[in-house]
Amino acid sequence: MNGINGIPLWAFLIIAAALFCIGLYGALARKNAIAVLMGVELMLNGVNLNLIAFWRFIAPDSSAGLVFAAFVFIVAAAEAAVGLALIISVYRNLNSVDPEKLDQMKL
Amino acid sequence: MIPTQVIQTLLWLIPLPPILAFGIIALGVNRSRMLTTLTSMTGILISLAASWVVVLGAIGAPELGRKPIGSSIEWLATGATTLRIGAAVDALGATFLFMVPLACAVIFLYSTSYMASDPRYTRFMGYLSLFAGSMLGLVVADNLLSLFVFWELMGFCSYSLIGFFYAKPSAYKASVKAFMTTRIGDMLLLLGIVYLYAETGTLNFADILVNKGMLEFLADRPAILLGGMGISAASMIALLIFGGTVGKSAQFPLHVWLPDAMEGPTPVSAMIHAATMVSAGIFLLLRFFPLFEEATHGPMGSRTALEIVGMIGAITALMGALIAVAQYDIKRVLAYSTISQLGFMVAAVGMGAYVAAAFHLLTHAFFKALLFLGSGSVIHGVEHGHHHLHGDDHGGHADPAGQDDHGGHDDHSKPPAFDPQDMRNMGGLAQRMPLTTLTFVLGGMALSGFPFITAGFWSKDEILADAFAGMASGKWLHSVIFIVLCVAATLTAFYTMRQIALTFLGEARSEAAAHAVENPWQMTLPLVILAFFAAFLGFINIPRDFPVFGPLLGANAAWLKDFLGQMLLEKEAALPFNIIPVLASVGIAFTGLGLGALVYAAKPLKAGQTDPVEKLGPVYAFLRNRMYFDELYRAVFINPLQWIADHYTAIVDRGIIDSLLEIGYTIGGGVAEGFRLFDKYVVTGASDLTGSIFKRAGEWVRELQTGQVQNYLLTGIALAAVLVAFYLFIFQG
Repeated sequence: MNGINGIPLWAFLIIAAALFCIGLYGALARKNAIAVLMGVELMLNGVNLNLIAFWRFIAPDSSAGLVFAAFVFIVAAAEAAVGLALIISVYRNLNSVDPEKLDQMKL
Repeated sequence: MIPTQVIQTLLWLIPLPPILAFGIIALGVNRSRMLTTLTSMTGILISLAASWVVVLGAIGAPELGRKPIGSSIEWLATGATTLRIGAAVDALGATFLFMVPLACAVIFLYSTSYMASDPRYTRFMGYLSLFAGSMLGLVVADNLLSLFVFWELMGFCSYSLIGFFYAKPSAYKASVKAFMTTRIGDMLLLLGIVYLYAETGTLNFADILVNKGMLEFLADRPAILLGGMGISAASMIALLIFGGTVGKSAQFPLHVWLPDAMEGPTPVSAMIHAATMVSAGIFLLLRFFPLFEEATHGPMGSRTALEIVGMIGAITALMGALIAVAQYDIKRVLAYSTISQLGFMVAAVGMGAYVAAAFHLLTHAFFKALLFLGSGSVIHGVEHGHHHLHGDDHGGHADPAGQDDHGGHDDHSKPPAFDPQDMRNMGGLAQRMPLTTLTFVLGGMALSGFPFITAGFWSKDEILADAFAGMASGKWLHSVIFIVLCVAATLTAFYTMRQIALTFLGEARSEAAAHAVENPWQMTLPLVILAFFAAFLGFINIPRDFPVFGPLLGANAAWLKDFLGQMLLEKEAALPFNIIPVLASVGIAFTGLGLGALVYAAKPLKAGQTDPVEKLGPVYAFLRNRMYFDELYRAVFINPLQWIADHYTAIVDRGIIDSLLEIGYTIGGGVAEGFRLFDKYVVTGASDLTGSIFKRAGEWVRELQTGQVQNYLLTGIALAAVLVAFYLFIFQG
């Protein structure tokens, strides 16, 4: 088992880690809530890539890895829908989507 | 014949109506004069009716002396013994039940007119009702304790009524004086009650006073004090109880309150002097007469108790008569005459003349009530005349109906220059007030003992006859009393004539007297009723062998003697008729009245003339100032007590007690300061510290909550990284 089309597992994992870290940076550092949401999507996709890669290399006979990845997609889609609705509502109320200004929860 | 059961029930009910009337007036109808009049009159009339039914029943009952009719209930169970209270009537009680409600009722009727324009009329009638109810309760009481309760209740009523015009300093002082003076007597009486109860275990009259065994037991026992000197418990108890009489019946030396009691409205004077207060004292003395009598028998027998009673009575009789001669206030003359007449009764008891004392009390109640109400009528008439002349003096509270406002008599809250009670301001009232004059003269004659046609003659003669009989058999006490009473009786006739002459005869000595008018029927009818009894009551007790009158009345002549005689274990022997005391009585009355007439009636005093009594000089001054008793008591008792009280406050109160308090205050203050510091630094400090720790921690933790969602995320990531690192290095490593 030498990888898919000669590409080894670690290459997939590096891509996945890179995707996750880019997403994390976006989620933590961007000044736009939509960009933060996009960062979260990137992190989810990094994790998904990880899942699929391990499934393909370690347990290709079981469908559990695919089902797991499908669940993540579905949840990510739902999350994006809810997240965007929230951001629109926030924008309507505050005229801004800067997460630093969303501090009404502060005491 | 009235069934015993009815009498037993009625006895309980006799005192109730006036007491209820008091309650109703005080709580309910005190806004309405009309309803007040109605309530109080109804109350006393019901009592009168009930009393007379009881009297009728009691007269018909056999053996009333030994077996009083009555019933009692258990009241206070005290360990081994049980105190029972009840209502009972015996011959003595029946005699009083005849007199008291009748006298009260006419006084009530009189008051409705006399006090009608007083602003506090309803209060007056309320107190009067309570007063009457207390007296009736005292008469029907079958034991010494409930008698004492009513006795004190009456003391309270007299206190309130004497001080009725409380805005006037002399009135409230008089009420305090009456209260304090009688208190001395009441205290002695209470001691007597306690001693009696300690010795016998009962306070019931029937158990003690008609029980030969009990009386002998008391007479043979040495007293706890002075027992070694031959004083028996019976003598001791009797003397203590006599102390109560001395206070209540104004005997020397506690007589000083009674003349001052004249500060009350005149009907109150009549009430106190005739029907209730002073009679109560004699009533008590008569009740306990068997005890006095028994004390003279047995191995410890001594006459000391009776001798003391007799001497006090004689002194009081003479003293009262002397002072009365030199008084100008129409009511004060009567007050001292009351003291003097009470002295007659007490002296009679001291001689063992039980029936004579009761008889004189009975007749005196009527003619003295008559004289007081008569004097009230005079005062009222003269005041009316005064206001008639000086109507504009009282324009301040003019009557809207335009009637002459003759209210507030006796009420000298702002002392007027004109004194309507001063006999020097009267004179010539016979023409102006004929009915009052007629009845007053009749009362005065009864007081002087005008022979045969007045009740006073018969009762006074009875006392003198008893005294003379004792003197004839060589008893020193009787001799002294006979002589003293003869002198006192002469003086009585003299001052009575003086009073009548000064008030009614001659020319009016003031404009007010010249314009006096006769009073309405509510005031004259009581006078007529009382005058009837003052004239004819004597015929219930005339010696059987008295010439003319004895045979005329036949078997009923000495009715009262037979009736009251049942009360005594040893019946009084009927005295053989002796002409000497009768001649003495007649002679005394005529001498006194004649002297009075010679001095006052022959040449009636003109305005501006001085009273012939004043020619007596120092004797006059001595009597005028009431023998300086008030001054003496002030110097001997009141001032030293005041001095002691003042110094006591200075030394004990302010000196010792206050400094002790100061020390206690300082110690307490120090301890409290210690506790305060402990509280402040330890208790409060600890709790404050706890609080501040959490506060600081909270403030620090609070910084973490920035509201920045990305910060939270970063924190989460960092914590996750820490957890992963922990897992990798600690668990795997």
